Amino acid sequence: MRKQVLPGFGLSFGYALTYLGLIVLLPLAALAWKATGIGVHGLIQLLSGPRTLAALRLSLFGAVLAASINAVMGLLIGWVLVRYRFPGRRLFDALVDLPFALPTAVAGIALTTLYAPNGWLGRWLEPLGIKVAYTPVGVLVAMVFVGFPFVVRTLQPVLSSLERDVEEAAESLGARRYQTFFRVILPMLAPTLLTGFALALARAVGEYGSVIFIAGNIPMRSEIAPLLIVQKLEQFDYAGAAALGVAMLLLSFLLLVLVALLQRWSNRWAERTL
Amino acid sequence: MSRGVRSRSASWPRRLGHVALILLALAFLVAFLVAPLATVFAEAFRDGVTPYLAAIRQPEARSAIRLTLLVAVIAVPLNVVFGVAAAWAMTRFDFRGKTLLGALIDLPFSVSPVISGLVYVLLFGAQGWFGPWLDAHGVKVIYAVPGLVLATIFITLPFVARELIPLMEAQGSEEEEAARVLGASGWQMFFRVTLPNIRWALLYGVLLCNARAMGEFGAVSVVSGHIRGLTTTMPLEVEMRYNEYDYVGAFAVASLLALLALLTLAVKTLLEWRYGDEIAAHAPGGH
Repeated sequence: MRKQVLPGFGLSFGYALTYLGLIVLLPLAALAWKATGIGVHGLIQLLSGPRTLAALRLSLFGAVLAASINAVMGLLIGWVLVRYRFPGRRLFDALVDLPFALPTAVAGIALTTLYAPNGWLGRWLEPLGIKVAYTPVGVLVAMVFVGFPFVVRTLQPVLSSLERDVEEAAESLGARRYQTFFRVILPMLAPTLLTGFALALARAVGEYGSVIFIAGNIPMRSEIAPLLIVQKLEQFDYAGAAALGVAMLLLSFLLLVLVALLQRWSNRWAERTL
Repeated sequence: MSRGVRSRSASWPRRLGHVALILLALAFLVAFLVAPLATVFAEAFRDGVTPYLAAIRQPEARSAIRLTLLVAVIAVPLNVVFGVAAAWAMTRFDFRGKTLLGALIDLPFSVSPVISGLVYVLLFGAQGWFGPWLDAHGVKVIYAVPGLVLATIFITLPFVARELIPLMEAQGSEEEEAARVLGASGWQMFFRVTLPNIRWALLYGVLLCNARAMGEFGAVSVVSGHIRGLTTTMPLEVEMRYNEYDYVGAFAVASLLALLALLTLAVKTLLEWRYGDEIAAHAPGGH
């Protein structure tokens, strides 16, 4: 009731809702509507096509793998940036956000050049038999790049507020370092780690700009789902493009629900630990 | 303080472990972040300064720069007004469906950029809902500037609101209520109390919103039609030159975007150091 002193609810709420309606809801409604134009039969045919399946699989599993790598490396890097003091720490800390700031097309061509067989990194990997550019590994590298800051940035505030007493208590009770990490620190960080994982995952599933350059886009092998949508549009197959779009949205929605369930479970794990 | 004491008292195998972890982290950061950034500039200047300058002075590059600026100049202010309005409604009032509104604001972040472009093609394209009507009235949205602006607005919609909502939630409304009780009009309260309180967070949001608006690729690539000199923004110009094997040209334009990214990071870091508590409730030192 006290809040009624403040003016502007009608104006701000009305404006925000109208804007969202026009920019987000109306276009998404058009997407859903167009997708129905394909019909049930067409949908089954589209989604069971081997090329579509391969692309969806690559986008899905590539994103899960990339987000997992980001979870591990993000935890390591967040930990190092928060806990240790070393020269250049602040510079590296600022640099973590580079994938947010660098346009995806720029990241895409830079990563491709870097990992091409004659590139700075590619020439060292080539003799080891590791091909990155124009393979599914390249897709993975680009997905790791774009999702990298999420885990570090969600973990950092939690890491800095982590009570050292708990760790010290564990150690004074005779726990070894790795025991303290896996039994005390990790359970406390798990819910936040999953939030970062989910953000990196959502970003990687739909990623387009940085991936298409390094992927080589070989059908059935290194072709991602968003690229199929673009191809359908270029062939004026609007219903097909819309149906694929809806399928991708549902897929990422399902993934996020799954992560939310994991998070609930990890919250209980954290509570049990403390 | 106690940290220094403890690390000094740490045993040498543990300190060795710390050094190993630091080196591992730095190796990853260098390979994944520093190396791509360095590649952009190394490739842009591969043949020297003259070809670089020639590449960014070409008329296509100039028109791409102009178009990128134009799109950002329209999209960013619109999303600023939306962000402030949405944050005001979300943090100063209770209403049903608040969680839903919050989820809707975040939605564009979890939609593939390609789908963000696709939805406007389905609305305004030749086969779209409003396509025939627009066609009859001679208005072009898709494969034209309005489409680029719309797709950019969609992609960057959450940035300002996301920055303001947690801050305004944490600040509370006491100062604004006091201003009202003392007789300030609604707009007086907004311009003299609310706006000064959120200015740095607003600038922070504008910075991130602008970086994404100028660098967006997937969404604009779907609605652009890639018409040289007319509908190619800088990221699209990078793509076209790269696909035409004009690597120096592609990386030259890319280097301008990379400079913009570095500038964004520098200003962002400066804002965090200087005004950390005034940017976000959860920023370091903001507890």
